[in-house]
Amino acid sequence: MLAVVIAVIMLAPVAQLIVRALGSGGRHAAAILFRQRTLELFGNTLLLAVLVSAACLVLGVAIAVATVRVRLPFRPLWPVLACLPLAVPSFVGAFAWSSALPQLHGLGPLVIVTVLTTVPLVTVPTIGALALADHGLADVARTLGRSRSSAFFTVTLPQILPAAVTGTLLVALYTISDFGSPAILRYETLTTGVYALFSGGIDRSASAVTSLALVAFALVLVLGERRLRGDRAGADPGSVQRGQTARPLGTLSTLACGAGLGLVAALGVLAPLIAMTVRWLSSERFGSTMEDLAAATVTTLLLGAVAGTVTVVLALPIGVLAARYRSRLIALAESVSYLTHAIPGVVVALALVALSLALVPAAYQSAAALIAAYVVLCFSLAIGALRSAIARVPPRLEEVSRTLGHGPFFTWWRVTARTALPGIVAGWVLVATAVMKELPATLMLRPIGVDTLATELWSKTSIGAYGAAAPIGVLLVLVGLVPAMMLAATLYEGARR
Amino acid sequence: MTAPGRTAAFFASAVAAAMLLTACSTASSEPAATETVAADEDRTLVVYSGRDEELVAPLIEQFEDASGIDVEVRYAGSTELAAQLLEEGSATPAQVFLSQDSGALGAVAAEGLLTTLPSEITSLVPSKYTSRDDSWVGLTGRARVIAYDSEKYTADQIPGDVWQLLDPAWQGKVGIVPANASFQSFITAMRVQEGEDRAREWLEGMKANGAQIFGRNGELLEAVNAGAVDVGLINHYYWARSEQDPATLRAQLKFGDPGSIGALVNVTGAGILAPAEGSSEALEFVEYLVSNEGQTYFLEETYEYPLIGDLEGPAGVPPLADLGAPDVDLSQLSSLQNTVAMITEVGLL
Repeated sequence: MLAVVIAVIMLAPVAQLIVRALGSGGRHAAAILFRQRTLELFGNTLLLAVLVSAACLVLGVAIAVATVRVRLPFRPLWPVLACLPLAVPSFVGAFAWSSALPQLHGLGPLVIVTVLTTVPLVTVPTIGALALADHGLADVARTLGRSRSSAFFTVTLPQILPAAVTGTLLVALYTISDFGSPAILRYETLTTGVYALFSGGIDRSASAVTSLALVAFALVLVLGERRLRGDRAGADPGSVQRGQTARPLGTLSTLACGAGLGLVAALGVLAPLIAMTVRWLSSERFGSTMEDLAAATVTTLLLGAVAGTVTVVLALPIGVLAARYRSRLIALAESVSYLTHAIPGVVVALALVALSLALVPAAYQSAAALIAAYVVLCFSLAIGALRSAIARVPPRLEEVSRTLGHGPFFTWWRVTARTALPGIVAGWVLVATAVMKELPATLMLRPIGVDTLATELWSKTSIGAYGAAAPIGVLLVLVGLVPAMMLAATLYEGARR
Repeated sequence: MTAPGRTAAFFASAVAAAMLLTACSTASSEPAATETVAADEDRTLVVYSGRDEELVAPLIEQFEDASGIDVEVRYAGSTELAAQLLEEGSATPAQVFLSQDSGALGAVAAEGLLTTLPSEITSLVPSKYTSRDDSWVGLTGRARVIAYDSEKYTADQIPGDVWQLLDPAWQGKVGIVPANASFQSFITAMRVQEGEDRAREWLEGMKANGAQIFGRNGELLEAVNAGAVDVGLINHYYWARSEQDPATLRAQLKFGDPGSIGALVNVTGAGILAPAEGSSEALEFVEYLVSNEGQTYFLEETYEYPLIGDLEGPAGVPPLADLGAPDVDLSQLSSLQNTVAMITEVGLL
């Protein structure tokens, strides 16, 4: 029942989109949809999504394996490095790189920047899955004479792949709906097309039609992931293996491994910070006052925390149901939430403007409407993390608790929630960081006078004040470090036990 | 550091934050007192500004100090705000719409969402630079220009006529911002001056000549200034109000040949929304914008051309009278829609 309600809420923007798209007649809509420009943008988007997803899948799994399975010195450091890029919004990465190397533009640089900033969406769930993977099986394979790599590919990889694939889906959905970095690096996608049509024209049905093309794209991705993940999602969670040890490598390999991990973090986090700091020094006008920056920072943190909490609380029931019972209705609710993740923030925002004015005019331009937009946009981030975490809580643990005479709520709270806590925290952090970086919906729905770091940065770059924008970019990254470190801490705990 | 402890702390602060935010929002979403003129300290005004906060916030503070009116401003793109106003209709909390471009004002006026301004205000502005039906008033002018990379070119190598940019010599070297309202006004002017076919020919020629598409004028100027693109079609004030002294920039400006479409002057403007009809606060604000203080602010802080009184033009650029701007009615919405449709058909949007 709750699943249905949530699915309906999630579907409302899509429904509004369809109404808007058809508002000026089916023929007009078809003309927009099938014009050469839309097909061109679709091709660009497809190419981008494929390249970024493939690179993130490979790189993310490699980073996760190196972080968990290789015995590197300074053990707590590596999960931190794996999580750090979460703090860098892709548009800040693009802004920093292009302000340092202005000649950079087009597909290649965009793929690199997007991969560097989104790879934790794959790394984080994969580390979680690796920490809980059944290593006994791999040991058996080894004793039966399989080589180490063969044992990894035939035994361990299938166990972590569902988590990695779900993470890759998030990357793909993020990539196709991202606006800032393709705009800065000048590679035209469906989303930049939606923006151009929206900001450049009064004909809002055109941008709605193009958004629907994006939704269709997302649908294919979601169904594809479902196929790939298949039934393995529920694969025997009964045998959680603990106390598994990381493998020592030779000095050279250890060095190479550490250097590789360090390089990814350096390119993704350190280089943009340095580039922005250098740019900062060129600023002569339009600098922000300390009060403005402080207020924007507090607002950013609050919005992230509140939206994260609300989203996780709403996503918990669906996460639990999705993990335990694979009914068609629940699968639908889950899939719908992925779809809304692929719709550009500005489209969700516009739909919510119309909906909130029609249904609850009092909530218009209130913090509540803004939080609602965040929940719609980020629901799937929370669902993904919660489902896999709860799926890994052995039902036997719950049965034991029930046999001991504890009620279902007590059992859920003390056993299920506690065991799945790292996943719940991960979901919260993913949502909070995504919200702190969110720009287009924030621009449209924020209460008057409320500024976030992202909107501050945007207003500086729109007048070409790149130097004045730079310190805000630095601050945005620093603020994002707090939740990223939180996540790293839970990952480290999870991987150690 | 245990994760559960940290998490609990975060959850607690989040809940507190939720309550705080809700309280703030209920406080700020109270409808502005428009019906009754209450005590002086209660006077408030809600403005939707399509002009950047960096540029107009100080002006609004000046107005608050001078009038004692408390102004709340929503900042966003002009076309975005126009779309939002159309969506909100008469439910809008906005009382004044301050727009970066005449097209957005025209779109809102066409839906009957703007009141008619008193002629004492509109008569201050030359008819060339304001609405024909007094639904909004022109505030400042900005010239269309070509920004060029001065390390590669001298001013006389840059065309004063935008048609020359279709020459193969400029293949892949020109940046444009098709989604920008000023670019669209420029195409509207071209359609009105030179005819539909010629305008389409120019757009198709630009696309065929590999024009590079940018999202915003500031980004295009930045690319020219960094040497990433050779020339770009923008408005003069993006350059004039640059972060650094514009005279020292790598990007320099070429003004269009007088009388040609390249010499177009766009205007910014303001209108009062229909639900705020009769609001003394809204009227006072618009009066302030066209006053000597308001116009001087625009001249000195945003480097735009004042349209009222006999103030000199901004420093570093030619005077308005010398630009030879063509006389075009930019406020016609139907015209803007046709322009956008044309840009879309050509495939630049």
